[in-house]
Amino acid sequence: MTRTAEAGTSDAGTNRAPLDSVTAPPSGRVTLRTRRTLLFTGLALGLVVAAVVAAGTGQLAIPPGEVWASILRGLGLSNAPETVPNADSALWNIRFPRVAMAVLIGAALAVAGTVMQAIFANPLAEPGVVGVSSGAALGAASAIVFGWTAAGDLVTAGAAFVAGLLTTLLVYFTSRAGGRTEVVTLLLTGIAINAFAGGALAFLTFLGDSGSREEIVFWQLGSLNGARWQEVAVMLPLIAVAITGALLLGRTLDLFSLGERGARHLGVRVEAVRITSIVLVAVLVCSAVAFAGIIGFVGLIVPHLMRMAIGPAHRPLLIASALGGALLLLLADLAARTLVPMAELPIGMLTSLIGGPFFFWLLLRTRRRSGGWG
Amino acid sequence: MTRPAALEARSLCVEIDGARLLHDVDFAAHAGRVHALIGPNGAGKSTLLAALSGDLPAASGEVRLGDAPLAGRSPKALARERAVLTQDHRVSFPFPVREVVAMGRHPWARSPEAELDDAIVDDALAVTDVSHLAHRTVPSLSGGERARVALARVLAQRTPVLMLDEPTAALDLKHQEDVLRLARSHAQRGDTVLVVLHDLNLAAAYADDITLLRGGRVVATGAPAEVLTAERIEAVYGQAVEVLPHPSTGVPLVLPIR
Repeated sequence: MTRTAEAGTSDAGTNRAPLDSVTAPPSGRVTLRTRRTLLFTGLALGLVVAAVVAAGTGQLAIPPGEVWASILRGLGLSNAPETVPNADSALWNIRFPRVAMAVLIGAALAVAGTVMQAIFANPLAEPGVVGVSSGAALGAASAIVFGWTAAGDLVTAGAAFVAGLLTTLLVYFTSRAGGRTEVVTLLLTGIAINAFAGGALAFLTFLGDSGSREEIVFWQLGSLNGARWQEVAVMLPLIAVAITGALLLGRTLDLFSLGERGARHLGVRVEAVRITSIVLVAVLVCSAVAFAGIIGFVGLIVPHLMRMAIGPAHRPLLIASALGGALLLLLADLAARTLVPMAELPIGMLTSLIGGPFFFWLLLRTRRRSGGWG
Repeated sequence: MTRPAALEARSLCVEIDGARLLHDVDFAAHAGRVHALIGPNGAGKSTLLAALSGDLPAASGEVRLGDAPLAGRSPKALARERAVLTQDHRVSFPFPVREVVAMGRHPWARSPEAELDDAIVDDALAVTDVSHLAHRTVPSLSGGERARVALARVLAQRTPVLMLDEPTAALDLKHQEDVLRLARSHAQRGDTVLVVLHDLNLAAAYADDITLLRGGRVVATGAPAEVLTAERIEAVYGQAVEVLPHPSTGVPLVLPIR
């Protein structure tokens, strides 16, 4: 279709040339670097402020100054007495682990989305959309219903991890054709997997006793309620290692936007990078799902916004996505526990309410750009 | 032509899903020459190019690059030996043109060659006439512009062997000629240029050697005037043609009889 459409455009291009070459090259580069610095700084500052505000917000309101004082007390850097009764206990036992978890999970999901979009060479790939999250939730639900949890606290997380990894592999190998993943194939694969996982979850809900049912509902809706330091301690190393791994792959991921053949022609060991990326995505998504259930669309919205701000080069994009994902989930969790007084909204429900329409908009835009269901 | 071939296929057979796409193909391209692959749709031109570039494995026979077997070499070693322009010029994310062309330098990262990256990228942008697009994003370009950006990326790889699959397909008249002039100048510098073409007149005008394929087999190979005879073209393409020598250059001109 482009063969006929392009006739004549090169002339227009030549006429534009002097203008472009005078204005674009010097400013283009500088502004990109400045934009990256601004974005990184802005997100980092926003994250600190949001963390302090989120920690101070709740049934027991604690002013930011007191939150800060409590952090210093906890680290043994200050002896100032509490000005709000029970502030330390509320902060260190309930609020701080929750804030830490929101930050970790947000970063993990956004980075997982970025990596997935890179290896699928498709901006619509997202762990929730293609069914990886439901796969992991299915693993967790099986562990709950069949009583494997008796073997230890981490069995549920482990089951979520294994099921999530298998689902990622399944999606990857069924939705590719000719080294790329077309939008339609990817989305249909996601529908199939989500449908199956939904049915299986319903079956497990039917099998389980009322206790397991409540736990399964928790997985499906997603929540950071009841976050504990123990859980943070398990997630932190996994997520830190996986994000570092993703950053090391950064430049190579850029080459995947040429398609697999193009990447291979430039010396990339495509198979090895692909498997590594899939494992990284599985580690990130499953660490998140194992402790907080399904929180959809973070991996779709965040990388997309960051790409609009600083372009698609993956190394800076991954850093921006990690920061942006952390900030977004922190704010979403704050909203989830404060929007309705004396009640907790499931955070997965919130991100889906925002993410669903966003996804739709992205879909329409992709379709318009490719002139059909490219 | 007693020198060893830079790029060679010996009794090469290629199969995909049990279908045999290439039958006992013998093929040799030499350094310093432009070698055109021609043939009707489905003749196996792109398949042969994919096998020669290492994308498709040989079912039997072998591919040799630089007088050594291709199989078993690392992707990185290959990427320093040969660059491939495929027919797929898409870039999935809105990368600026210059960054895409700079991706062609990836095989040379952390090597002494990397020092020249900026100069080489600038040169590749200039010779493919896309310097003025350097800061545009690839998805915002027309098909022909994208094709030239892809070619610039391939040239930036600076390899002794160039494999170009229909580099002229999306281009206007001037840019078609530009691209083949570029192929010629690379051959004059000692590179081996393999190019798949549909336009027989372009092949006749710019190639030193032509290999004509049909149904996955080599029908003829040799100098343009030897390969492009009216009887053979009519037999292979099913279209009656007249072949006349160009009045001033003597290059064969292929004219369909209408």
